Amino acid sequence: MSETDKTSSNPNVPSASVWAKLRAAVYKYDLLYEFSRSPSAIVASFLMLLFALAAAFPDLVAPYPVFDLAALRLEDAFLPPAWLPEGDYRYPLGTDDQGRDMISAIIYGLRVSLFVGLGGVALAICIGVSVGLIAGYVGGITDSILMRVADIQLTFPAILIAVMIDGVSRAAFGASAHEEIAAFVLIVAIGLSGWVQYARAVRGATMVERRQDYVAAARLIGVRTGTILFSHIMPNVMTSVLVIGTIHLAIAVILEATLSFVGLGIPPTEPSLGTLIRIGNSYLLSGEWWIAIMPGAALLILVLSINLLGDFLRDALNPRLK
Amino acid sequence: MVGFLLNRLLQIAIVMFIVIAIAFSMFTYLGDPLVAILGADSTPAQRAALRAELGLDRPIIVQFVSYIGNVLSGDFGISYRLGRPVGAVLAERFPATFELAVSGMLIAVVFGIPAGVYAAIYKNRISSRIIMGASLFGISLPSFFMGVLLIWIFSVNLMWLPSYGRGTTVDIAGWKTGLLTLDGLRALLMPALTIAVFQIAMIMRLVRAEMLEVLRTDYIRFARARGLSERSVNFRHALRNTLIPVVTVVGVQLGSVIAFAVITEAVFQWPGLGLLFLQSVAAADVSMMAAYLIVIAALFVFINLIVDLLYFAIDPRISISSGKG
Repeated sequence: MSETDKTSSNPNVPSASVWAKLRAAVYKYDLLYEFSRSPSAIVASFLMLLFALAAAFPDLVAPYPVFDLAALRLEDAFLPPAWLPEGDYRYPLGTDDQGRDMISAIIYGLRVSLFVGLGGVALAICIGVSVGLIAGYVGGITDSILMRVADIQLTFPAILIAVMIDGVSRAAFGASAHEEIAAFVLIVAIGLSGWVQYARAVRGATMVERRQDYVAAARLIGVRTGTILFSHIMPNVMTSVLVIGTIHLAIAVILEATLSFVGLGIPPTEPSLGTLIRIGNSYLLSGEWWIAIMPGAALLILVLSINLLGDFLRDALNPRLK
Repeated sequence: MVGFLLNRLLQIAIVMFIVIAIAFSMFTYLGDPLVAILGADSTPAQRAALRAELGLDRPIIVQFVSYIGNVLSGDFGISYRLGRPVGAVLAERFPATFELAVSGMLIAVVFGIPAGVYAAIYKNRISSRIIMGASLFGISLPSFFMGVLLIWIFSVNLMWLPSYGRGTTVDIAGWKTGLLTLDGLRALLMPALTIAVFQIAMIMRLVRAEMLEVLRTDYIRFARARGLSERSVNFRHALRNTLIPVVTVVGVQLGSVIAFAVITEAVFQWPGLGLLFLQSVAAADVSMMAAYLIVIAALFVFINLIVDLLYFAIDPRISISSGKG
């Protein structure tokens, strides 16, 4: 941590970019030091890095191009993991009903799951931060209406809202068209069901920020309200968004997997982890357990590492625990 | 208190009005009930006749008012998929979901609250850390996968418990209960556990956090300074103040358990409202979806009202800011 870096990203300079603000937070809360002292956070971020790389470059990482129909090997179907008597060393985690390598299927599934999860979180952040900034800055009747809507939505669990959105889009577009846009429907469902937490946190922080001198100064020299909101205030309220976002990513990944598992999410043509578990579930009773359990284990490890990171960030960025 | 109640009732009326409006617009703008009922090969004359019979040729406002009237009298129309009155189907399915949700929540409270209290009081013990680690596992384990794991272990490998259905039920005045037969209880065990695991983790993390907060306050220090026993400080002073937010969360969670039941019911083919809802969504059965939306919203709103009223019962200080709701 060099001295020049420290001054160039001084947290008291208001209108720096979001990125610079987050870097400032790293110094302010000694995040790197806290990180080096937390074994669980190190293991979790190592795993996350692994998952992220696999999801970003599945063609390089996955041993087989499993969703290439030409590469299907039906004679290799239902092979158990390699350590079992009938296992085959070419497929360490076994193969599924169509002879696809489980490791490769999991890597491609991971890509879909993370894409949908990150997309949903990004959408929720966009909606939630905008609503929070506007409600907190404008106040009055706008604030009451927006927050009442948030209250009402908070009464309904995200999963129900997401299922409902899926059902509506299914009825509106028809089942076959729905399959093609399934990933985007899921992103919208996750985004619309998860924005409230961000809006609440950002609203609270904005109400504090709007009384600061730099906001008054910006108004005085005639900066437009939109600019004040999104380039002056927003960078200062993003730390809580980071914490909520990490925990929300875990929820979003679970939500996607859950919807796909019950058959309302990603179709089996390009399966996510949830779809893989759904496929495997039909072979569970006949004894081919690995087809469901392996993707499930991958999902569990993914969500667990996101949650570990989220817990670490929450504790490290919470000044009250210092 | 009366003002608060009126305020809440008004809010409930607004929420329910919005929900019914959403349900109605799903009805009106999604899919075509005429095609759904008559089939795609019906003649225009048949459709016109049915349209007049169902009153779909009236102005939209008139339709909406009559829809509200129907909903209030419990008439949700005919299911496109099943061809039966929606209200009757919902009533038939409700006991299964209710028994599942309540037993799951009961397990969660019985294990979650003591575990949270323990982890807060002895926060530095190894055992508390193990409990906390386990709870992180509990929230990270998607509930459907928990169900799959349970089936794999107890139905496929050990063959102890049935993997689907409700077992034998007993009919008591129209309420089919699975709680009175051994078979029914065996069938209930795994679905209830599936629901409970996430809730145990949630409740215990919450109880722990709240309790740690309370233990940090001055009056706890003061209680210690007065020389009260550790037991008295922990349970008579700290726990009692911890329970107020916990009651809210347990109440609100009961709502989310009914929602989570959707998933659990799908895993175990449990014949409740949730499974019905999923099948309706998959088949784009709009009349069933709309009715489920209204019923669940009414249930949530009702649960939240009860929770708010419980607040008054537990903590008399709240009446000071009663106007805010």
